[in-house]
Amino acid sequence: MNSPNPTAAVRNGSSITTRGLTKTFNGHRVLQPTDLEIAAGEILVLLGPSGCGKTTLLRLIAGLEQSDGPDMIRFDGEDVSAVPIEKRDVGMVFQSYALFPNMTVAENVGYGLKIRKMPRAQREEETKRLLALVGLEEYAGRRISAVSGGQRQRTALARALAIKPRVLLLDEPLAALDAVLRERLRVEIGLLLREFGITAVYVTHDQAEAMAIGDRIAVMQRGRIVQIDAPREIYHRPINDFVADFVGTMNRVRGSVRAGALILDAGETTARIAVGGPDRETTLCFRPEAARLAVDGGAVRARIRATTFFGATQRLVAEVSPECQLQLDLPSNQSFVPGQIISFDIDPAAILEFKPES
Amino acid sequence: MTSKRFDLLLILPLAIFTLAFLILPLARLAVEAGSGPGGLANFVAILTEARFRNSLFVTLILAVVTTVATLTVATIAAQTLANRKFLGRGLLLSLLTFPLAFPGVVVGFMIILFGGRLGLVGGVTKSLFGTNVIFAYSLFGLFLGYLYFSVPRVLLTILAAAEKLDPSLVEAARSLGAGPFAIQRDVVLPALFPAMYTAGALCFATAMGAFGTAFTLATNIDVVPMLIYTEFTLATNASMAAAISIALGLITWVTLAIARSHAMRGEGV
Repeated sequence: MNSPNPTAAVRNGSSITTRGLTKTFNGHRVLQPTDLEIAAGEILVLLGPSGCGKTTLLRLIAGLEQSDGPDMIRFDGEDVSAVPIEKRDVGMVFQSYALFPNMTVAENVGYGLKIRKMPRAQREEETKRLLALVGLEEYAGRRISAVSGGQRQRTALARALAIKPRVLLLDEPLAALDAVLRERLRVEIGLLLREFGITAVYVTHDQAEAMAIGDRIAVMQRGRIVQIDAPREIYHRPINDFVADFVGTMNRVRGSVRAGALILDAGETTARIAVGGPDRETTLCFRPEAARLAVDGGAVRARIRATTFFGATQRLVAEVSPECQLQLDLPSNQSFVPGQIISFDIDPAAILEFKPES
Repeated sequence: MTSKRFDLLLILPLAIFTLAFLILPLARLAVEAGSGPGGLANFVAILTEARFRNSLFVTLILAVVTTVATLTVATIAAQTLANRKFLGRGLLLSLLTFPLAFPGVVVGFMIILFGGRLGLVGGVTKSLFGTNVIFAYSLFGLFLGYLYFSVPRVLLTILAAAEKLDPSLVEAARSLGAGPFAIQRDVVLPALFPAMYTAGALCFATAMGAFGTAFTLATNIDVVPMLIYTEFTLATNASMAAAISIALGLITWVTLAIARSHAMRGEGV
């Protein structure tokens, strides 16, 4: 899980280590002491609601903010805490793209190289290569105001990659785009970053984006990392309610476990769900897709309240009792009508149980 | 159809104003300029006669220097003030708008109080070095006066532009390795350019045509507005005064037109 992405053809990034990074704004601690280990070439996504400290953490790594205490940030073991952002060799991509409106697409991409005093011919060569990489060759001479949002985004990415940064830092890079474009670009960006083999820290509040792009996801809440793991683990094995709800829909059923089997508090159970463990009162959680429609005699009976058709699947809102409404994803080939009674089983392997939060 | 007629109705007040207060007096001025003893030679005289030519030159230099100085002061101040919160910021900004209310006469009066024969600077230098430094009654005094009432209005315009500047632009430039100088040259100044151009043009036009301050400071400061006044009242040469007026107006108008087109281009429209 911690290993860098194995498909990377080349390794262009540094590993990142932070120790005790902390940030306070106006007496409010927005980032609790944070330790991170990011492998070279790894893409780490910082995921969380607004105000969770993810952007602050990114800006600390970039060198745009100073940590409260003595900073401890290392790139490949080298302490860069005292290195200003101008010399830290970080590529940045902003939500607003932050492209220079007085320059063309090509001038934007080549700006970092110009600052580094690369000879003109070499700079133009390099710029051309990067524009080709992001598929913008024919827009090289365009003004920024004359290209679309998606093209701006790719220009910003090419500009950040042009300086061959040690790490690439992306702050909600797709948030300003519409849904269709966002979905396409997150696949493109993921592929591009892996092709580059660059270490990347990617901030987003969009869980689908996080899942698609990250080698690992760090879910953040109130200034701390709650869980850091591979997307599959985060989704299927969230460590608490917050993570579970943030990365997808989660159903909760209250019941008691007797002799290793769950008995629901509400509704009619015709069969028992094996969950194991000692006898207890508890809340069990499962994702909508863990439900399996039973032909007859499923574990849980429920009345359908509403259905939403998604194409590949359909989502049912099913009521076990007025206090217990569940969301179930089922194959879309069978049609259901509100009011209909269905009976379903829950995949025992997909059932989660969280310890009550202290 | 009716909406088209209504549109014409909306533009009517402006049309009446333009006709009554701009075109007719200007036409009359033009006729006046050509009807003196010299006829149209008046216009040639502006360039050939040293007194007129020098005056035009001095005024032009003064206006350019005032504009450059004002833009420098205001651009630096605007960047310092933009997006920076501190105690008394509101008070400082409202104090800056204070000179907007003063007519040129008052500004001239203040310059005299500052650098005149019995002025503040004179008093201090006399007690310190024994010499009474006086600069109020010169072009330098006039320059200070113009600076005094130009800086606030230019500053407010540029400040508005500076506050709209996306801070991540500067951060992006920094991440690419740009130092403070490169950031000014490549990011900040290009973004402020339209505002600087517009504000600078107004400052230039004001410095070209302001009269009250010059009149208060001294009757022998040789700027064009003063020249027009002397020609008109003392020499009773109305046609010459009219010719110079038109020349002054033309130069300023051309400058403003150029400024406008440049500002538009700067915005990438």
